[in-house]
Amino acid sequence: MSVPSCYKKETKPAKFCPGCGHSIVLKMLGQAIDELGIQKDAVFSIDIGCSLLAWDFYDVDTVQTHHGRTTPVAVGIKRGNPKSVVIAYTGDGGAYAIGLQSLLHSALRQENVTVITVNNTLYAMTGGQAAPTTMPHEVTDSTPNGDFTLESPLMGPELVSQIGNGDLYIARGSVSNPMTLKKYIKKAITHQMEGKGFSFVEALSICPTNWKTDAKGSFEFLKTMEEVYKLGEINRDGTS
Amino acid sequence: MNKVLAIGNEVVVEAAIDAGASMFCGYPITPSTEILAGWAKRADVDKDLVFLQTEDEIAAGFATIGGILAGKKAWTASAGPGNILMQDSLAMAEAMRIPIVTYIAQRGGPSTGTVIFSQQELFLTAHGGNGEGMRIVYSPGNLQELYDYTFKAFDAAWRYRFPTFILSDGYLGKTFGEVIYHKGKTIDAKPMLQDKERIEKGEYVNIRNCYSLEDELAEVLNKDIEDFHKMSPKIVEYEELYCGDAELIVFAHGSVAEAVKAAVSMAREQKMKVGLFRPITLRPLPKEAMIKAVRKAKKIMVIEAAHGQFAKLVRDALFGATQAEYYSYFKPAEGIVPEEALEKIQEVL
Ligand SMILES: Cc1ncc(C[n+]2csc(CCOP(=O)(O)OP(=O)(O)O)c2C)c(N)n1
Ligand code: SF4
Repeated sequence: MSVPSCYKKETKPAKFCPGCGHSIVLKMLGQAIDELGIQKDAVFSIDIGCSLLAWDFYDVDTVQTHHGRTTPVAVGIKRGNPKSVVIAYTGDGGAYAIGLQSLLHSALRQENVTVITVNNTLYAMTGGQAAPTTMPHEVTDSTPNGDFTLESPLMGPELVSQIGNGDLYIARGSVSNPMTLKKYIKKAITHQMEGKGFSFVEALSICPTNWKTDAKGSFEFLKTMEEVYKLGEINRDGTS
Repeated sequence: MNKVLAIGNEVVVEAAIDAGASMFCGYPITPSTEILAGWAKRADVDKDLVFLQTEDEIAAGFATIGGILAGKKAWTASAGPGNILMQDSLAMAEAMRIPIVTYIAQRGGPSTGTVIFSQQELFLTAHGGNGEGMRIVYSPGNLQELYDYTFKAFDAAWRYRFPTFILSDGYLGKTFGEVIYHKGKTIDAKPMLQDKERIEKGEYVNIRNCYSLEDELAEVLNKDIEDFHKMSPKIVEYEELYCGDAELIVFAHGSVAEAVKAAVSMAREQKMKVGLFRPITLRPLPKEAMIKAVRKAKKIMVIEAAHGQFAKLVRDALFGATQAEYYSYFKPAEGIVPEEALEKIQEVL
């Protein structure tokens, strides 16, 4: 996998923990930016969460926002400058808890932006508390012994797929298959560039630090996630 | 120059457009809704104006910021509970030196409260964030000033890059009367993101407000504080009435000061030695002028439609500078008419 040319070289290696899935998602996004030739037109808008560590990740105009607020900032940027290609990058807490209202309404209004959400089943930046994506009986910092978890976690892309006029691009990929994830990201951004409206990609990701897993354990955990969260492009009826 | 008959909320929209505003994001709340609806009607006709009604005030504030980053002169308007929700975005604007303009029609509170008279959002507006309140707050008193200071707010915000507010109320927004629209010169907005000239040189910006080191943040913050202090003498504005020989100086702001102005004029006809000092910028406050004004005064009185928010600012500014006796008349979230202000002046003198 070649190093994307839109990387800001002086900030590499990046600030993520070793083995972090964010690095893989960002690499795929970097390659997508290169391959679509949008380095000069792209605006990268990031949430608070471990995504903030990417504030100087690319040689791409970037703005770091507040927790849960990257979607409305992205919307404002796109409304203010429709020629820019606006990519919002958020964690699952930022997208599905504190920022859910803005995610859904941006889809409802068919805002012409792309949102990429990293699902690692928890709030990584604050030390691994439960998120709306925490799986049943998963142990996190705020679900000791796997208590206090939801019976069924939030299915973000499926939820968003129910919104609006149906002409949305929605997909769920995984860092276990980076090339497919990149394909989804490119399709999402292309959807925006063609003026077709809201696009949304969830990326299943790895957080060895808060999962307390080694390399093997991380991929086993990711496998369990992939059983709970179906991979693929998601249609309005929720099917992949 | 153009003399018209207009209602306060229309005047605000007109002033914003004259000042070059090109984008508005908001969420309806009385008594600022007419600003949102008024802008929508203008944007419906003029396709260069961007309008977005968001899902809430949090999104309104952040989408406004997005527009500003993209190079628009974007602004918003809110009130009471909406002002509370907007503090999230306003704190970010303050941290990133984003020149956002916000019109606040104060509501009586706490909570849902009332919608006509109030001066209770002074602290929230000036200091509502987790920061130092590096903000500019104008308090207009009448229709003409509503136009003048809304216009000025855009100029100040884009010139000095601090969040700038027009602190008003429902009463002023509903006031009908004569106004002169005298479109002046305005400063251009430049994009902070996607500045093509810069990008063509191969330069990209990475803007943040999150720091891992305390000294990194301190450096940014100290610079902002220094800039704010440097700007202050250039921006402070006030109005003085009969302060020269006054034994009693009344401090008031906004539409309450209009009532006090009338009361002071009546008192002067009765040969009472009373003056009015009215800061127009509540932040920064015209501290030196305030100290000068009270030099000969034996008494000072603060009149406001809040329980001492403005009075705290006044006392802080005058601390150690006067021996004058201190009086106050507080009517949180109620209107104050000239006759009752005159009565209070008579009681004190
Ligand atoms: C308004 C607000 N509330 C809470 C926080 C604290 N906080 C920072 S990151 C975070 C959660 C991050 O989780 P997620 O969005 O899933 O991203 P991740 O770190 O897992 O990538 C929280 C709650 C904050 N910064 N701002
Ligand atoms: S805490 Fe988890 S999500 Fe955050 S950088 Fe480390 S591994 Fe990645």
